Parts: sequence; structure tokens; C-alpha cells
Amino acid sequence: MASITMDNLCKVYIGGVKAVSDVNLDIADGEMIVLVGPSGCGKSTLLRMVAGLETISDGTLKIGDRVVNNLEPADRDIAMVFQNYALYPHMTVFNNLAYGLKNRGFKKAEIDRRVREAAQMLEIGQFLDRKPRQLSGGQRQRVAMGRALVREPAAFLFDEPLSNLDAKLRVQMRVEIRQLQKRLRTTSLYVTHDQLEALTMADRLVVLNAGRIEQVGTPMELYSRPATTFVAGFIGSPAMNMLPAEYLKTLVSADDLAHLPQSADLIGIRPEDLSLAPPKEGEMALTGELMLLEPAGAESHLHLKLAGLKDIFVARLPQVPDVSEGTALTFSLRRDQLHPFDSASGQRVA
Amino acid sequence: MVENNRWGNFFAHVILILGVAIVVFPVYVAIIASTHPPGTFVRGVMPLWPGTNAWENYTTAITEGRSRAGTPPIGGMMWNSFIMAMAITIGKLSISIISAFAIVYFRFPGRIFFFWIIFLTLMLPVEVRIVPTFQVVADFGMLNSFAGLSIPLIASATATFLFRQFFMTVPEELMEAARVDGAGPMKFFKDILLPLSITNIAALFVIMFIYGWNQYLWPLLITTDPDYYTIVMGIQRMVTGGDSEPLWHLVMATVVLAALPPVLVILFMQRLFVKGLTETEK
Ligand SMILES: Nc1ncnc2c1ncn2[C@@H]1O[C@H](COP(=O)(O)OP(=O)(O)OP(=O)(O)O)[C@@H](O)[C@H]1O
Ligand SMILES: [Mg+2]
Repeated sequence: MASITMDNLCKVYIGGVKAVSDVNLDIADGEMIVLVGPSGCGKSTLLRMVAGLETISDGTLKIGDRVVNNLEPADRDIAMVFQNYALYPHMTVFNNLAYGLKNRGFKKAEIDRRVREAAQMLEIGQFLDRKPRQLSGGQRQRVAMGRALVREPAAFLFDEPLSNLDAKLRVQMRVEIRQLQKRLRTTSLYVTHDQLEALTMADRLVVLNAGRIEQVGTPMELYSRPATTFVAGFIGSPAMNMLPAEYLKTLVSADDLAHLPQSADLIGIRPEDLSLAPPKEGEMALTGELMLLEPAGAESHLHLKLAGLKDIFVARLPQVPDVSEGTALTFSLRRDQLHPFDSASGQRVA
Repeated sequence: MVENNRWGNFFAHVILILGVAIVVFPVYVAIIASTHPPGTFVRGVMPLWPGTNAWENYTTAITEGRSRAGTPPIGGMMWNSFIMAMAITIGKLSISIISAFAIVYFRFPGRIFFFWIIFLTLMLPVEVRIVPTFQVVADFGMLNSFAGLSIPLIASATATFLFRQFFMTVPEELMEAARVDGAGPMKFFKDILLPLSITNIAALFVIMFIYGWNQYLWPLLITTDPDYYTIVMGIQRMVTGGDSEPLWHLVMATVVLAALPPVLVILFMQRLFVKGLTETEK
């Protein structure tokens, strides 16, 4: 068990691509950190720098109290779970799990004990004699987890471990990984581009954009107070609506926006903050024409056209309302649920 | 698949049978000729049914050969061929798998340059470089030796190239997983790459063995001592050596015997092949 400290980490690939810039992050012992961001933002690169599979161009990386910049992956006391599992195809499940321990000179009895313990934890005991090709995707995923587990490392590194599984299995494995991590209390760094995975698994969430950290915080912090327009657009589904403040002023009364700072020229509204109930004290009203109703079982997404606005405005309701397309609908919204941003810097202003 | 039409089927079989007949007939003639007494062959009428002299012909060929014409018994020549073919095969396989490993998994200065140099040697088979190679071998005093027979034929661009192609299909994560698991480059090679390459090795083994076994020009050039004659050149000497008519029954027996080891190698390696084809390890 150990903390991980990243101090101004940078990665420049040969050819000059700057994949990671000035990343500062302290991961506490036993914490589960999830890295999210759009494709190509440098998530895998950062993870692989921690693993030792990519060199560190600049900055310091510490695992525990050791600076590990120049250590081989094997000497960093970490274990990694790969997206495509990377199981050794010619070895049995048992040997896949045991290989890392054998290389480290563990005694046979100890290897046997650890492998069986991990196999039991992951319920792959009956597969120990099989080859990876004789397993289903989900079972392979468990073996890959097992290979990390038996090492009892200071930290787990996961690079989109669930992205090759079907939706149902993904939810199930997500829960299992999180439970296991909580039980073992092993520091973990988890890369995903699935925001539901990110929100549900993380102790703290790190949003990366073009190699830089946009925001770090608990999932609820990021959701309720996104620090930048990028985070606001990235976390939450459907994405937050962004309206120019100038435009909003023409729709609602001046009182509704009075509490916002002058510099706020872009206002974010979460689709799920809107409701069809009539406005009460402290709430404001917004009217739009319903273009499309998307029922989704327990909830629905309403695509609206606001007068004089090109972009579609989306509302999300916790039920499927009995309304027809083409009618005008009035929504209410609490004033303190507006997210004010400065459009030039993209920063939140209050 | 084309539609399963009766006439199409029939036609396909006719063509296949014809093809097989064309390939198999000469082999059949050789086997038949090796079972007849001396003289049958030269009389000009080729019998198509086995004769009665098989045992006698084969024992003479193995133990005695055509000693008076300067050709040793074929037992020794078979052994020489075997040593030469094995040395060439094992040498080629080990050198090319190691070079491919270096080229694919290590970043060193001149990597691409060396790859192209190896690749260029594809254009220089023994026949092309035979005079300079002979000179080198002679200067090293390797005429009439197994080293001289095999070393100049060991470098193999083909095998290096094939192993390189195969290594490039092995997912990179496998190497990374091994690194995290504490396996250095050599351990990765031994524990993971080599076992994964086993079917490729088997395939190349067969090809290389036959290549080595069938060498003709090179052994002919550098061996003058009958102790180092190989079977393929021995056959040639049996046909042309001496003043009398070639003893065709013995020549044919020798030919049949000479064809056996490659067949055995194929049969033996086939198990690995088929395994490799039926269970893809990925
Ligand atoms: N070996 C490399 N050489 C040069 N550039 C690279 C290399 N690997 C990645 N990059 C670049 O670095 C950037 C970050 O890549 P990275 O793989 O970390 O993205 P990612 O966030 O993991 O994306 P994804 O979600 O698609 O996996 C990308 O712009 C990519 O093109
Ligand atoms: Mg990635």
C-alpha cells in the first residue's frame, strides 16, 4: 500500500506530441482515482508513465516515498490490468497468475496459496487448468484481475479494463472491482471514458483535457460545481446546456440573473434540473417548443427549441410526460442551479 | 464455395487426379525400378509392377554402394546429409529467430539498416555467391568438413523475415504485461515468444530441412573426401561415375532411400502444424 505523488509530470513523445503536460496529483493511500477524458487526451499515457511503460519526460513520480522515475515496471510494486487483458495465451490460468510471482522468486507453496486465494476471490477456481482461449470475455477479465491481485502490489493500474465487455457484464464487474478495491484498500488508478463508470467508482475523479488536468474532485463535486465549461460538458448525460447570458436575459426577468457575477457571460443549465411543475419561490421559468420526445423507460429526454436560439435545448425528466411534439412547454428551474462561466477563459465564475 | 454441381464435381476430381498422377508417377517408377534385378531397366521396357529383388537391391545399396566406382555405401552418405541438413536447419532457425527478436523488440541505432542488409541477402543465394564463398571457406580450411558444408548456408533472410512478421502480430501488451510481471527481455523471449512461435518454427523446420537435405552444388564443390559425400551428390556420382552402365536398380534404391528422411520430417512435424492450424492461440 502506498500513496502516489505526481509532481509536474510531462510526456513528450518522439516527434514532439505533447501528450501530458504539468500534471500534479496526490493520490492518498487506499484511494481509488478515476481518470476520464475524451479520446486522445492522454489518459493511457499518464497511466503508463506511472506503470513505467512510458518514460517520464519531465517531473517527478513517487510511489510511497520512493522516486520511481527511472525504475523498471517490475520494480515499482504496481500491477496493471490491460484493456485486452494481455493474458499469456500458451499458459494455463494458474500459470498466468503465477508467472509474476515465479519471476520474483516466491516459494512454490506461497505461489500456490496466493493463486488459490485470488482465484477464490474472483470465482475462477474451476478454470485454473484452462488456457485463456477456453474462457469467455468476462472470465478472461477476471483472470487479468487475478494476475494483478496475486502480486499484492502497492497500487493497481487499470486501463479501460471493462471496455471489451457487454453492457450487463460491465455493470457487474464494475461493482465487483469497486468492492474488491474497498476491501483490499489498495491504491488504484483507473482509466475509463465511460462517465458512469467514472462517477460510480471513483473516490476522486480527474478530468483530463489535451494532456492537462481540468479538475480534480469527488464525483459529486465535479457534477455539482464543474470548474470549467469542459468539465461541465463532459460530466453529466445528456450534456449540460450552455446559453449565452445575453440571450438568457431576453427570456427571463432581470431578477432571475441578478445573483450572478457580471463576468458570467455563459450560463450552464443541467437538463435534469428542469421540471414541468409551475415555478415556485426562488425558481425561474423557461419556455420552449417541444421538437422531439425521447422516452427512455423510467425517464425521458425532451429536445426543445427556444425562441431565437439555434442550438437545441435538452431537458431530462424522471418520467415520460404526456405531451405531444410541437406544443410549447414551460419548465421551472431553481436560480441557484444556474452554472455561470466566463466564456473567454472557460472558467466558472461563482 | 461454388455451387455443388455434379459435373463440376466430376471435372474437379478429374483435374485433381491428373495432377496427382503427374506428380506421383515418377516416384512410383523409381520405387518399382528399385525392386527389379539389374538389367531390367536398360532393356528399355519399363515394368509397372514390383519385381522380386527389393531386399537384395536395398541391402546392396546400403552396405556396399558402388564402391568400385568410388562411391561409398549410402549409409554414410545419408548420415552426412542428415548432419548437414540438421546443422543448416538448426543454425538457420536459431540465428533468424534471434535476429528477428532483436529487430522487432529492441531500439538500437541502425536497426532499419540492419534489417535491410539482412533482407538484401535474399538476393544472394549460394549459387550467386558461390565463387567468393568457396574462396572464404577454402581460406578458413573448411573444405571437406561439416562446418564448410553447413555454415555458408546458415544465414537466412527468409526465416528472419517470417519471424519478424510473426512477432509483429504478437500484441505489444503481452510484452508489457511480462515487463510488469518482472520478466526481462530474455525471459520474455524464452517464456512467451518462443512457445508462441512453435508452429512457425515447425513449419520452417520442414522447409529448411528439405532445403539443406537437397543441397547439391555446394557439397559437390567443397568435398573431395568420400567421407563427407552427401547422398544427393552420391546419386549423381552413381549415375556418372565408372565406365560401365549405371546400375539403375541401385540408383533407384538410393533415390528412394534419399527421399525418406524429408518425408519422415514432414510426418513428424505435421502433428505440430495441424495443431497450430486448428487451435489459434489468440
Ligand atoms: N507512441 C506514441 N507516439 C506518439 N504519439 C503518441 C503515442 N502514443 C500516444 N500518442 C499520442 O498521445 C496522445 C494521448 O494518447 P493516449 O493514448 O494517452 O490517449 P487516451 O486518452 O488514452 O485515449 P483513448 O481514450 O482513445 O484511449 C494522443 O494524441 C496520441 O496520438
Ligand atoms: Mg487509452
